[in-house]
Amino acid sequence: MDSSTLRKRVPASTLLDWKTVAPAIGASVRKLDPRALITNPVMFVVWIVAVLASLLLVRDLVAGAPGIGFTLQIVLWLWFTVLFANFAEAIAERRGKAQADSLRETRTRTKAKRLLVPGNTELFEMVWAEELSPGDLVVVEAGDLIPGDGEVVEGMASVNEAAITGESAPVIRESGGDRSAVTGGTTVISDRIVVKITAAKGSSFLDRMIALIEGAARQKTPNEIALNILLAGLSLIFVFAVATIPSFVAYAGGTVPFVVLAALFVTLIPTTIGALLSAIGIAGMDRLVRFNVLAMSGHAVEAAGDVDTLLLDKTGTITLGNRQATAFRPLRGVSEQELADAAQLASLADETPEGRSIVVLAKEKYGIRGRDLAELRGRSIPFSANTRMSGMEVGASWVRKGAVDSVIAFLDSPPVDTGGNVAQALRPRLGADAVRDINAIAEEIAKAGGTPLAVAKDGRLLGVIQLKDIVKGGIRERFAELRRMGIRTVMITGDNPMTAAAIAAEAGVDDFLAQATPEDKLRLIREEQAKGKLVAMCGDGTNDAPALAQADVGVAMNTGTQAAREAGNMVDLDSNPTKLIEVVEIGKQLLMTRGALTTFSIANDVAKYFAILPAIFVAVYPQLGVLNIMGLASPQSAILSAIVFNALIIVALIPLALKGVRYRAIGAGPLLRRNLLVYGLGGVVTPFIGIKAIDMAIVALGLA
Amino acid sequence: MTLIGWIQILTFCVIITALVPTLGWYMTRVFNNEWTPLSPVLRPIEIALYRMGGVDERREQDWLTYTIAMLLFHVAGFALLYGLLRLQGVLPFNPQEMGAVAPDLAFNTAASFLTNTNWQNYGGESTLSYLSQMAGLTVQNFVSAATGIAIAVALIRGFARASARSVGNFWVDLVRTTLYVLLPICIVGTVALIALGVPQNLDPYVEATTLEGAKQVIAQGPVASQMMIKHLGTNGGGFFNTNASHPFESPSTYTNLIHMVSIFAIGAALTNVFGRMVGDQRQGWAIYAAMGVLFLAGVTIVYWAEAAGTGILDGLGVSGGNMEGKEVRFGLAMTALFAVVTTAASCGAVNAMHDSLTPLGGLIPLFNMQLGEIIIGGVGAGLYGMLLFVVIAIFVAGLMVGRTPEYVGKKIEAREVKMAMLAILCLPLSILGFTAFAVAIPSAVASMGNAGPHGFSEVLYAYSSQTANNGSAFGGLTGNTMFYNITGGLAMLIGRFLVIVPAMAIAGSLAAKKTVPKSSGTFPTTGGLFIGLLVGVILIVGGLTFFPALALGPIVEQLAMRAGELF
Repeated sequence: MDSSTLRKRVPASTLLDWKTVAPAIGASVRKLDPRALITNPVMFVVWIVAVLASLLLVRDLVAGAPGIGFTLQIVLWLWFTVLFANFAEAIAERRGKAQADSLRETRTRTKAKRLLVPGNTELFEMVWAEELSPGDLVVVEAGDLIPGDGEVVEGMASVNEAAITGESAPVIRESGGDRSAVTGGTTVISDRIVVKITAAKGSSFLDRMIALIEGAARQKTPNEIALNILLAGLSLIFVFAVATIPSFVAYAGGTVPFVVLAALFVTLIPTTIGALLSAIGIAGMDRLVRFNVLAMSGHAVEAAGDVDTLLLDKTGTITLGNRQATAFRPLRGVSEQELADAAQLASLADETPEGRSIVVLAKEKYGIRGRDLAELRGRSIPFSANTRMSGMEVGASWVRKGAVDSVIAFLDSPPVDTGGNVAQALRPRLGADAVRDINAIAEEIAKAGGTPLAVAKDGRLLGVIQLKDIVKGGIRERFAELRRMGIRTVMITGDNPMTAAAIAAEAGVDDFLAQATPEDKLRLIREEQAKGKLVAMCGDGTNDAPALAQADVGVAMNTGTQAAREAGNMVDLDSNPTKLIEVVEIGKQLLMTRGALTTFSIANDVAKYFAILPAIFVAVYPQLGVLNIMGLASPQSAILSAIVFNALIIVALIPLALKGVRYRAIGAGPLLRRNLLVYGLGGVVTPFIGIKAIDMAIVALGLA
Repeated sequence: MTLIGWIQILTFCVIITALVPTLGWYMTRVFNNEWTPLSPVLRPIEIALYRMGGVDERREQDWLTYTIAMLLFHVAGFALLYGLLRLQGVLPFNPQEMGAVAPDLAFNTAASFLTNTNWQNYGGESTLSYLSQMAGLTVQNFVSAATGIAIAVALIRGFARASARSVGNFWVDLVRTTLYVLLPICIVGTVALIALGVPQNLDPYVEATTLEGAKQVIAQGPVASQMMIKHLGTNGGGFFNTNASHPFESPSTYTNLIHMVSIFAIGAALTNVFGRMVGDQRQGWAIYAAMGVLFLAGVTIVYWAEAAGTGILDGLGVSGGNMEGKEVRFGLAMTALFAVVTTAASCGAVNAMHDSLTPLGGLIPLFNMQLGEIIIGGVGAGLYGMLLFVVIAIFVAGLMVGRTPEYVGKKIEAREVKMAMLAILCLPLSILGFTAFAVAIPSAVASMGNAGPHGFSEVLYAYSSQTANNGSAFGGLTGNTMFYNITGGLAMLIGRFLVIVPAMAIAGSLAAKKTVPKSSGTFPTTGGLFIGLLVGVILIVGGLTFFPALALGPIVEQLAMRAGELF
């Protein structure tokens, strides 16, 4: 499935509309609280500098010192720098807010029918949902809200999960099997089920989802922590660089005012990335949620970007869910038309997708019209696991289709008295030639990744219907893309190796695991990890749980069992396994955005030195005026334009932080070249232009 | 600049580049404890040494044990050297009857030789006995060099090993480096230097009567043996006060070339050891190339600045560039090359007075040291310093390919970034901090030989040189004062051990990690892109910090000089 066709819960709103901006402005002022800022070392340092500069401003005001207008402007812009950083974070948080609010509504106080005696669904007490504890059994009937996350232990019901997935079509939830998990806040619309509560209060799926969307539960991811250390270290380096300047200048016989040093320091430390770092993280999470994927930790999102090996189930991910008829292969002496006719007749009553695809093929390729069952007065023979055949009987004539060996066995078997059925009398012995031919055709089909179905009519073998797994459109290109990203894809299938190899080749996966059991899957993951690789997979069944837990990125399908959902570190609400690829891209995008803005931020420093240093030093050494290569109007305007640029660039880059740097699957080398050019070289050049432009504006406005 | 000058410079580059893979091959075998051509001779000695020291050569250490062993070794070395300097008056091999070295000077000197700096606040021929020179300084010249190499090798093992706890055995690395690498090269080199006219004796100084009838004392001694290890081990502490510009230390351009080649040989070859040990020699060449770019840029600037000279000298009728403070037998090109080589490689030996370089010519040696001696660098120290910058560069830009940054298969995470930042931080802290301190103290300012920006450069140079463990002096500054002895000694200890310990911590955490196999999504670390990135990060993260200080020193001086003003 192409990413653009993925249904999104919330339309990607325009990035900065007034409805999000207005409350974000309020929030950015509230976030000036140092207790909130301390988690962000760079901005906290700016905050301290701004406070100190403000105190000095007050002192100057009281003393009536000259040049107060310049000091005031610097102080204001120091505060703006912090405010803009807060604003970026607030905007990112706001975007998930509306979504969280609607979720919270569904969590309003719900009543639950808690069973008093297990097994007796008539005997229950009414309790508040939040009083439930794990292990409680509740009965939920049509129209009831499911009071908490749990597992269906009895019964089957259709459930509307729109509150979670945004999809209003009901889904079936039943005890046992792979569709037993239910989520608190969803509604039962028919039947009644008994649910065993599995999640404690406050840690339910819905709670986690709200926390995730609001960014409240956001923990710093490993890379974010490392990046914060780097930024703090760089800030410390610039403390040394700036704090020693007064002594140097004093030696040369001059002085430097504190606000000027404050301006130099704040422009040098990596405020751009420092301000946008948490917004990038929140936006990355938000992007996942918009794809209807819930990550249980930020770590998982980052790990997704690092994935080396992708394990993909064949069915539903690589191929369409069902096999389809692609050709009729008659035996010698039988015409394709005749085979198609018999195959169509045998499939008329077959309502499975495979059966319907045979009817469709017969019509499209051979023009065989649909026939009315009632008109034929035929009797349909349904598929059974015993006979592994299905078919039709019309009067004395009959047709059968099914697994090749089953059909041959059926034809070979001695006549059985079936109550005087004339059909049995018409049955001749099977020729050895026909058996050999049909086996040859069957093997050929299997080798090409298909499944053969033999067709017999009135005791005669006619030929084979070729059923094929249909590889999803565009999937080959996706795999090629993944290969360029450096990700190896492994197809997991229960098919025999021959069929698996053919499909693997057609889909373009790098490797396959045929006749795979859950244990094989687990072993494969461990082997890959032992080689130092990170593995991603998706799964839904309880028997997938160990592998999901072992994988570095385990995406559980929302339709799956509670065990699977607990084991994975992401849940796909759409239960679309192809999304694993998008998840990887989102992870990469998150890391890239951080890297790009860090590089940009550090590269910016070159221009800032050239703006502020001559402004500071020209008073003691007029010769150093030549370092003013931008030709800024005056020392004051130079310092002011540097700090204004430094603050405005934060606002200018908010959209990029929220949208993320686009990931292109062009391989690491070209990608790095491109990004280094844009954010590295661009980061060196942009501020020269920006500061010059701001300087001209400042002069034109008479601010300095 | 002349064609001959450039041919000389390029010849030097070719010799070094040719040495990289050969010496790299040999040293890799030494550090992998494999057979080498010298094993038949040296192996018995090595085994005997282990037996004497009670070292089990097969027992490897984790990073912390390794570091503690290294630190203990240095504490003992410090005590020994300090004691020797204080007691030299009553100890033998003292024909000139030198007295005890003052406590602060002894501290500075002990710190200096312990840290491979060889900053000299003393004049060798006027302060030290032969015993102090040989048993004190020369011993430290060997072991401090061997320590640097051992630490670099431990860090390389961190990159090369996967899921390992140990990074080698400090004692084994120390012994094998000294025995298999330093000693053999020194012996061959010393013989060559003696043949080229460098003295080697234990005689008292000679008194001569000059043509004008004045008496002159001509100092001599075991010069040749100290020359080799001083350069090979990037120590730099000369036998004579004027170092390699003294005709006994370097009588000709041939000895000058031998000196320069020995300064770069081991540091350059270690990049190849790195490449070989991580299983891809191109990784080593990429680092060598990044060093080469910065090196050639430096040489070009210094050579150009010196050849251009100053308008003021031209006005006095002196043409042919700035020859002040230079030896005529070396000339402009070889002096410029030596100045860059010795400061790029943390050696600190000089064949000219850096104080007399043009301001721009003096800026490059200063800047080389402020980057932390990573351009070839001190033996071992250069490579581990460079690898710290690689960690930072990879982390900054590596995220841009959408993966957790990796280098030679190792993920660079919080711990590595933290340690690398810690190590890099101590450079501006010590260099800028001590300089700011010194220029604010009138008595320290009084030690300057010149006024204004030039005096500032002298102090900045002194702390840059000591923090970076270079040891070359700008000249001009009177360093043998209580203030400079103590602050300088501290700067040297900070610059050495506050870099080594984080580097070892990185070695330990990298060794424990799995090696991630390479894929097309892996950040490429061998091509020109990576080299450019690394150079850019070094200049911006490492270099920009010093821009304000450089602007107030050499940059303003250069601008003033052009306007006809000197300091």
